[in-house]
Order: sequence, then C-alpha cells, then structure tokens
Amino acid sequence: MALGSILPMTNVRLAFADESQPDFTFAYISDSHIQHIKGTEFVRNWDRGLERAVAEANLMQPKPDFVLYGGDIAQLALPQEIDHGLEILSELNYPVHYVMGEHDYYLDNGEYWSKRLGPQWYSFDHKGVHFVVLNSILTYDSWMNKWSSGEERMGVMAGLDDPRGSPFMVGEEQRRWLKADLAKVDKSTPIVVASHSPLQKIFKNWNFWTEDAEDVQSLLQPFDKVTVLYGHVHQIQYNQIGNISFYSAMATAWPWPYPRTYAQAGNLMPELVIPMNRADPFFERDGTGWQFIDINDGRVAANYSLTENQPRIVYFDKERGHPVDAEYAGIETAPQLHY
Amino acid sequence: MRKLMLSGGLIAGAALTAALAGLSAQADPFDAEDVEEWQEEYMTVVADGRAAFTDPSLGTNGVVCAQCHPNGTNVHPETYPKYQQQLGRVVVLAEMVNWCIENPLEGEPLALDDPRMVAIQAYVAHERRGVELAPGKH
Ligand code: HEC
Ligand SMILES: [Fe+2]
Ligand SMILES: [Fe+2]
Repeated sequence: MALGSILPMTNVRLAFADESQPDFTFAYISDSHIQHIKGTEFVRNWDRGLERAVAEANLMQPKPDFVLYGGDIAQLALPQEIDHGLEILSELNYPVHYVMGEHDYYLDNGEYWSKRLGPQWYSFDHKGVHFVVLNSILTYDSWMNKWSSGEERMGVMAGLDDPRGSPFMVGEEQRRWLKADLAKVDKSTPIVVASHSPLQKIFKNWNFWTEDAEDVQSLLQPFDKVTVLYGHVHQIQYNQIGNISFYSAMATAWPWPYPRTYAQAGNLMPELVIPMNRADPFFERDGTGWQFIDINDGRVAANYSLTENQPRIVYFDKERGHPVDAEYAGIETAPQLHY
Repeated sequence: MRKLMLSGGLIAGAALTAALAGLSAQADPFDAEDVEEWQEEYMTVVADGRAAFTDPSLGTNGVVCAQCHPNGTNVHPETYPKYQQQLGRVVVLAEMVNWCIENPLEGEPLALDDPRMVAIQAYVAHERRGVELAPGKH
C-alpha cells in the first residue's frame, strides 16, 4: 500500500528528471489592429488577417498547448474594437495569454482591456518553463497627463511616427515585481518573457525601443536560458544580448518598413537580422502572418508563417549561441534589399 | 549725327521699357528674401502633405497612409517614373498614390493636379531628401 503510493510519485519524478524540460509548441499571434469604422463596420483588411491566423492556428498538428497574443488587438483601444477582436479570437480552440499593446492602452490606461482580460503583467509556469508577461508600453506620468482627453492621447500614440509621442517603458513598479517574481525561480529554469515593445533599443523614432530595456535585461541575464518574444514591430527581427535571445512577431494586420528605409535617422537594427521580403501591396496579406514557437530543451524555434510568402524558421543555434535563420543565411534576393 | 542717332536710340529704348513696365514685373535677379519666401511656401505644402498622409478623409474606412508608411518610408519617390509590373506599364508616383488610396484606403482617386496629390508628393519627397535619384529602380 505504502509502496504503491510511492511508486507512481517516484515514476513521475524520474520522468521529470529525465526530461525535465519537455518539448512543446504554442502559437503566437500579434498586432491585429482591429479598427472600427462606424456602427457594426470594421476595416475588412485587418479582420481578415486575424481571422486567417485564428483559422490556421486551429488547424495546427500537433496542437499547440496555448496561444500567446502579443498586443495591439485594437487600433484606438475602443471597447468595440477590443470586443470585436476578442470575438474573433474566441474561435481559437486553445487557452490564450494576452500581452498589452499601446493601441489597447492609451485611451483609458488599459482599463477596458483589463476588465476583459485581467492583470496587465503576470507570470505562469508551463512544462518546466517560467513565462513572464510584461506591460512594456507604459510611459512618463507627465506625458500621460498632458492631453485634454484619452482620445487625443490615443490618437497621438497611435501614430507610429508622430513626433509628439513618448518612449515606452516597463517602469519601476513592474521591475520591482519582476525581480520578486524571478527570485523564486531556479537559475537553470528556462525563462520566456513576452512584451509588446522590444526589450532592447532598435529605433527610437518608431518606439522599436524600451526606455528601461537595460534595467529589465539585467534582471534576466543571471538565468541560463532566456527568451524575449515581442510584437509591435510588424516584421521579423531577432537578436542575442548576453544570455537573452530575442524574437519578434509579424503582424496579422500590415507589415512595417525596416527602420533603415528612413533616410533621415540612424538605427540600431541587430546585424543578425535577415529582413523579410518587401511587401507587395497588390497582395493585401503579403508581409503579414503569425508564428508558432517550438520550445526544445528550453530554447525557442520561431516558425514564421507568412501568408503570401515562403515560411521561415529562426531558431537558437547552440554552437553559435544566438538565433539564426539557416535557410535564409547567405541568400540575398532583390526583395530583401530594403532601401 | 552718329551721336544724335545714339541718343535717339536711347530715348526709344527708355520709352519701350516704360511702356512694358506696366505689363510685367522685372524678371530675374531674386534675393535671399525671395528664396526664404518660396521655401516657406514649399514647407507649407509639405506640412499639408503630412496632414493628408494622416487624414482618414482621403479614404472611406478610416485607414491612413502613415499607418503603413511611417515617415513616408517605402514610397520611394526617387524611383519614379518606373515600370509597375502589376499595372503593366511605366507610371508616375501619383498613379501609385492613387492605387493606395483606392485599395488600402478604399477611397476615390485624386486628380493628378489636386492640391492634396501635390502635397502628398511634396511630403514623401521631403522625407527622402538626400537620397539619390534612381528612376526605374525596383
Ligand atoms: C495597408 C498598408 C498600406 C497603406 C494604408 C498604404 N500603403 Fe502604400 N504601399 C503599401 C505597401 C506594402 C507598398 C509596397 C512597398 C514597397 O514596395 O516596399 C506600398 C507602396 C506604395 C507606393 C509605391 C512605392 C514604390 O516603392 O514603388 C506609393 C506611392 C504608396 N504606397 C503611397 C501610399 C499613399 C499615398 C497612401 C495613402 C493614401 C498609402 N500608400 C497607403 C502599403 C500601404
Ligand atoms: Fe502594432
Ligand atoms: Fe504596438
């Protein structure tokens, strides 16, 4: 009797020790920018992008364990936009973990989003991996309070290139929470952090940037295996800084030009990045898509599923110690030459 | 006699100048003040172009140019005229501007001399200043 009850437990523990970090897959969908026109009308183009990602994720085999949504469900954070986006996302056959984007936030400090989806930052554990979700799109209080209305503030922040905008940040309160959250986690446990803005500095003009990125990175560096997944940039990017691997998400709505295409400002795009092909405007969904993430031994392989183009796989290369796209490395097709 | 003819010629010339003065201002030399004024005119139209670039009334679905072309990127005004494979002919920039108005913005095309069409081209060219001309480039 005693033996019988111990045995299964031992078995479980042994199995866990043998394979302490089992492989699994989750889907990663981001930046749908559901945009209200009037009445019950929404911009058809953006609806289609999200509907397509949802339909494709539902067809995945093997099934993903869950879905990570990378932020910017809405265009102007309107309740009807968030509701419409969540209605489309409710078709997913999997649980979804949500990240806050600036297009969900600046109308009402993310109040409606939180009412529908809960806390703006949190953590959870899944099959031996510690997941952390951050709200990285906060900004200075002085900036928050300088507008005559939430609508005006949202309108300014919604313009990617609007010079009246303000840099994104995680902020001190959340960094304190993160420090406490990570204090409970063993340094050998793989960490996956999901944020909306890149937790690194790439291009300030378009907020491909987090003002306190270094402070957040320094909380993550002590861990052996750290991955940051981010949205916002609407394009494929990846990078390695110390122990931290970075992978971005494509948007379901529309692709963005790479920062180097702006002739009036420099940028810090990681040299590793092999850009996506330039989008063909005659194919509405070109340059958009979604991704699924394979977790293998605590490391990430990001599978980019492009709607009108060949898929790409960017994965952590153990020998080189950073993410690579082996298939694309070395090939330079004309459409990849952004200028 | 020669002297007289010459002075007669001068008199005739002065009369001609006086007669024309009522019809047209003097051409050429312009000064720094003029240049400044013209530059201001140009920058006003660039600002109008930026306004058009973020103006949902160009279309019918609320979408604006700047949503996909931040700072006018990926518009490449320096490459026009060029062969647009999808249209099957060489086009000017304004035709692709109209293409994007009609498709992502679901709007009506602008006349090629519509002030907003001129302003949009001024704005996107201004954001590309310093980039070499490359007509025909893809
Ligand atoms: C849904 C996104 C989207 C919107 C909105 C949009 N465009 Fe585009 N447009 C594109 C894409 C994608 C391209 C192709 C870019 C490239 O060639 O790299 C393009 C190309 C163009 C081109 C041709 C550029 C070239 O290199 O030949 C022009 C001109 C243009 N857009 C103007 C506009 C204007 C003006 C507006 C607003 C009326 C607008 N676009 C709105 C997506 C968009
Ligand atoms: Fe976005
Ligand atoms: Fe964003």
